[in-house]
Amino acid sequence: MKRSLFGRLWPNATALALTAGLLFPVYWMFSTALKPTGDIISEDPVWFPLSPTLEHFRTAVSAPNFWRYVGNSVTVTVLAVGMSLVIALLASFAIARMRFKGRRGVIVTFMVAQMAPWEVMVIAIYMIVRDGDMLNSLLPLTFFYMVMVLPFTILTLRGYIAAVPKELEESAMVDGCSRPQAFLRIILPLLAPGLMATSLFGFITAWNEFPLVLILNKQAEAQTLPLWLSGFQTNFGDDWGATMAAASLFALPILILFLFLQRKAVGGLTSGAVKG
Amino acid sequence: MSASTTDVRPRKAVRPVKEAPRPAKEVRRRAYGPYLLLLPALAVTAVFLGWPMVTNGLLSLQNLNMGQLIRHATEWNGLDNYGEILGNEEFWRVSLRSLLFTAANVVLTMGIGTLIGLLLARLGPRMRLTLLFGLVLAWAMPVIAATTVYQWLFAQRFGVVNWVLDRLGWHGMADFNWTGGQFSTFFVITVLVVWQSVPFVAINLYAATTTIPRELYEAAALDGAGLWRSFTSVTLPFIRPFLYATTFLEVIWIFKAFAQVFAINEGGPERLTEILPVYAFIEGMGNQHYGMGAAISLLTILILLALTSYYLRIVLRQEEDER
Repeated sequence: MKRSLFGRLWPNATALALTAGLLFPVYWMFSTALKPTGDIISEDPVWFPLSPTLEHFRTAVSAPNFWRYVGNSVTVTVLAVGMSLVIALLASFAIARMRFKGRRGVIVTFMVAQMAPWEVMVIAIYMIVRDGDMLNSLLPLTFFYMVMVLPFTILTLRGYIAAVPKELEESAMVDGCSRPQAFLRIILPLLAPGLMATSLFGFITAWNEFPLVLILNKQAEAQTLPLWLSGFQTNFGDDWGATMAAASLFALPILILFLFLQRKAVGGLTSGAVKG
Repeated sequence: MSASTTDVRPRKAVRPVKEAPRPAKEVRRRAYGPYLLLLPALAVTAVFLGWPMVTNGLLSLQNLNMGQLIRHATEWNGLDNYGEILGNEEFWRVSLRSLLFTAANVVLTMGIGTLIGLLLARLGPRMRLTLLFGLVLAWAMPVIAATTVYQWLFAQRFGVVNWVLDRLGWHGMADFNWTGGQFSTFFVITVLVVWQSVPFVAINLYAATTTIPRELYEAAALDGAGLWRSFTSVTLPFIRPFLYATTFLEVIWIFKAFAQVFAINEGGPERLTEILPVYAFIEGMGNQHYGMGAAISLLTILILLALTSYYLRIVLRQEEDER
């Protein structure tokens, strides 16, 4: 079946236009960050950063407390994701591999928990944290982020664990491994892509989280990058170069991680031939 | 489950078609085993999710403002908060606004996302990769970073959008203040939300179309089916579960789009772009009517449940049918 020239052309043309539209905001962020101020505030936009400068990045990085925010964000994110992975591995192993009373109830619980509207529960969380005298601390933040990503982590890992052939585990146990040993030596290595995919999601959620930290941590020392970024414009007025440099710095780790890990995670999945 | 495995982000999990693992004949040696393994997960969920939920319910029954907060006083006032909210015209206005906002964004996201998904299936490999690259980058862009970028794109002075509109002949837009009006602020938020949500729908839909056997289209063509007919009788039945699932997730996600709305203009101008989560936040935290805020939160959750109940029932039933 041969398509007409037009029939072959329009999908490609549309795809190109769409790609340009989708990429433009990301491109504009980076290019504004790299342009000298004169090119940013010009009556006609300068489309390419022809004389790139790192001046705005220097402004952003030397903003008060910047490294503090980076440290806070990294700490909270890594701890929350790490803890939730460990807890989720235990739980998803039970759900995927064991038969017990109340199993469906547990699954449904986590499915419902995954839809928890955290954004509207911030007032209650504020009260709890305040009564515990833990405002302006990273600890409650870490725990709440951990639980925020936990249901998704459990439900996703459950799929990955179920995809590991049971026989592998059983033969290891026949060969004298205990069940925990079989899990550590056989299943865990096979779960690597699954762990990466799920932790990627966890990273994104915790790294981006905004409403909770907005309410809980009013002091600059305990704030994270999203708060800093949302306040950047207020602090720096109309210094769009510095604001875009800040946004670039904030987005870059996630963009890289996403491009890198998504392919890996998906590749691992398809080669693992998950049945479904 | 091909779609649910390609996704890597939270709301990206399309679950309904997923088959549960079937534990075969499991030796019931250690009956406590599974419960011990589940204990940490259930415990932290109960403490950090269950407890706030219960607290939210209790707070909504209290008269809790700045004074009571400082004195650590608990003044129960029964259902007064609810009475006051439900009798307040503002609440209904915000609810209606929330529903319209969600409907408009979900319809646009699903429409555009589905079309892009189908387009992906039609493209050659190189072009498909290009488009996927664009989709993935837009998808990965952190919410607050994206919000900041959109503020810059739509900036009154030196914003690219105003410049383009001016150049296209709409000179009134040269110095247009997008966040100065209700409708234009919602327009910016909508463009932002749709831009961020479309990739998920498109990629999932594309993944769904890859599961359709080619022969079905050939058979349809042999039977004389045109483009439209083969779409409705071959493509659509295959992608329908994915459409339901993604719509459901988009409804949840967009209904609670707090960060975008708040970061763009804090619900302004003059509180005219507050959607329910922002309204609860501003009443509760901003105006320090904590009890009222909690009651609004609870009502918001109820509305969300009502919106998603139809699909929720399907999912729960599927999970129960598993044997």
